Amino acid sequence: MGTFIQQLINGLTVGGVYALIALGYTMVYGVLRLINFAHGDLCILGAFIGLTVLTGGLGGGHPGAALLALAFIAAIIAIAIAGVLLEIIAYRPLRRADRLAAVVSALGASMLIENGIMLIWGPDVHVFPPDLLPKTSWRVAGAAISFTQLMIILISCALMAALYGFVNHTRFGTAIRAAAIDQDAARLMGINVNRVIGSVFVIGPALGAVGGLFIGVYYREAYFTMGWTYGLSAFIAAILGGIGNIPGAMLGGVLLGLFNAFAAGYVSSSWQDAITFLLLIAILILRPTGLLGERVAEKV
Amino acid sequence: MSALLSIRGLSVAYGQIEALKNASLEVGQGEVVAILGANGAGKTTLMRAISGLAPKRAGSIHWEGREITRLAADKIVRLGIAQAPEGRRVFGTLTVAENLELGGYTRPAREVRAGLEEVYRLFPRLAERRRQLAGTLSGGEQQMLAIGRALLARPRLLLLDEPSLGLAPLIVQGIFANLKEIAAGGITILLVEQNARAALRLADRGYVLEVGRVVMSDSAAALLASPEIRDAYLGRGAGARG
Ligand SMILES: Nc1ncnc2c1ncn2[C@@H]1O[C@H](COP(=O)(O)OP(=O)(O)OP(=O)(O)O)[C@@H](O)[C@H]1O
Ligand SMILES: [Mg+2]
Repeated sequence: MGTFIQQLINGLTVGGVYALIALGYTMVYGVLRLINFAHGDLCILGAFIGLTVLTGGLGGGHPGAALLALAFIAAIIAIAIAGVLLEIIAYRPLRRADRLAAVVSALGASMLIENGIMLIWGPDVHVFPPDLLPKTSWRVAGAAISFTQLMIILISCALMAALYGFVNHTRFGTAIRAAAIDQDAARLMGINVNRVIGSVFVIGPALGAVGGLFIGVYYREAYFTMGWTYGLSAFIAAILGGIGNIPGAMLGGVLLGLFNAFAAGYVSSSWQDAITFLLLIAILILRPTGLLGERVAEKV
Repeated sequence: MSALLSIRGLSVAYGQIEALKNASLEVGQGEVVAILGANGAGKTTLMRAISGLAPKRAGSIHWEGREITRLAADKIVRLGIAQAPEGRRVFGTLTVAENLELGGYTRPAREVRAGLEEVYRLFPRLAERRRQLAGTLSGGEQQMLAIGRALLARPRLLLLDEPSLGLAPLIVQGIFANLKEIAAGGITILLVEQNARAALRLADRGYVLEVGRVVMSDSAAALLASPEIRDAYLGRGAGARG
């Protein structure tokens, strides 16, 4: 029982992070039918920016809530701006081009960001300061939940709830969903589709920056190829849930996190990735569109 | 006649294919104007060009004397030109109410609420189904939704591209009765139809497109009586679509 609850807590923590990052893949795919391969790298760039703010402002002492908040805000703003620039530079000129050209551009942008991180911060693994967050932890039903885990779970849930409300219950959110279904029809409604696309490249990277910094804070490390490692997991989560589907990315992220945790807890952590891919294959065989992808057959 | 919409020498090409060649036409305030033409004549291209969705090679489009030839599609809606496009293009995974609300995207919220009530009055079947996903509506209901959605933009000019497409004769009759009501409410209509008889009965004037060119233009009554039109477009009986 203790193991089960413990893996549940671990899984929800990692799953929340996966979900935050997966949302960026799914929202961009939704409006552009494009896999933004640079998304994982953007998220990790957020972790590095947050780390720099933390270590720069630290001066040896305890960071305190204010500095921590500042690190998150700096990461969110910087990565949102990077996301917008990425769209303008790497994707917008290719909007009408061959699909393959956009994929190559996405891969190029990914490498550029990854190498940019290496150039600025170097190839070494950066360790996050040990006293970043309170060491408090609580016992629940024979398991322990740390302050960091609780923070990650609560903030991820709050951000996802906010995004869900925004996308489903505001005018602009409905416009985003409409543009994802049919861009020309959306234009006929008076929707500025360029603005919708721009907004998706703000929201996705902003959430991703939080996810990236969570990864850094949770595992207490950051290295320049981390974008691929965690980006791939989040991308799988997006596919699991049905790429293009926003609640799907949330569900896929949490499920993948839980699955990873239980695989590590009950089988072995070295089997974790193999089990993840088995899950992906199984779901794609049973439901090729992912768990929540395209529930409604559209009549023509 | 001071034209509300005036198109001069418009050419639209997709790569090598010239879909519209030097087309000119006018729509006056309060008129219902029909565009007739066979498959591939360039009717949809014309509608998309007016709405800012097709690339223009030459010519101009003026709205109330102001040039809008290269204006972005969303800005054209704000000027008062809305379209119910060919194939309806409703947002299938959104509800009926959400589709209608998107139609009023350019209008203030209060106006959208009032507009919704008006559309539900015009199409009671949509009111019953407001929580239903648009993709699960029947073809006729989807067409009502496409028209209602365009009306929520409070257009002064309503562009309709084949509203009878794929619908049973009885449903088509209903839709045309709705259009008559809309026109009586003072909204100018530019209507593309292959159902020439129904279109000309509703319209004041008509144009005939043939392989991208305007080949004929006259009053609806004259077109209905014209032997060329009868042979080419009216030959297959009332109501039914060729
Ligand atoms: N996106 C496009 N790319 C290339 N060619 C196109 C495109 N859209 C239309 N065309 C071509 O332009 C010509 C006119 O097409 P259009 O859709 O305007 O005809 P239409 O009169 O609306 O026909 P229908 O009655 O079948 O709807 C056709 O030859 C068509 O193949
Ligand atoms: Mg057409």
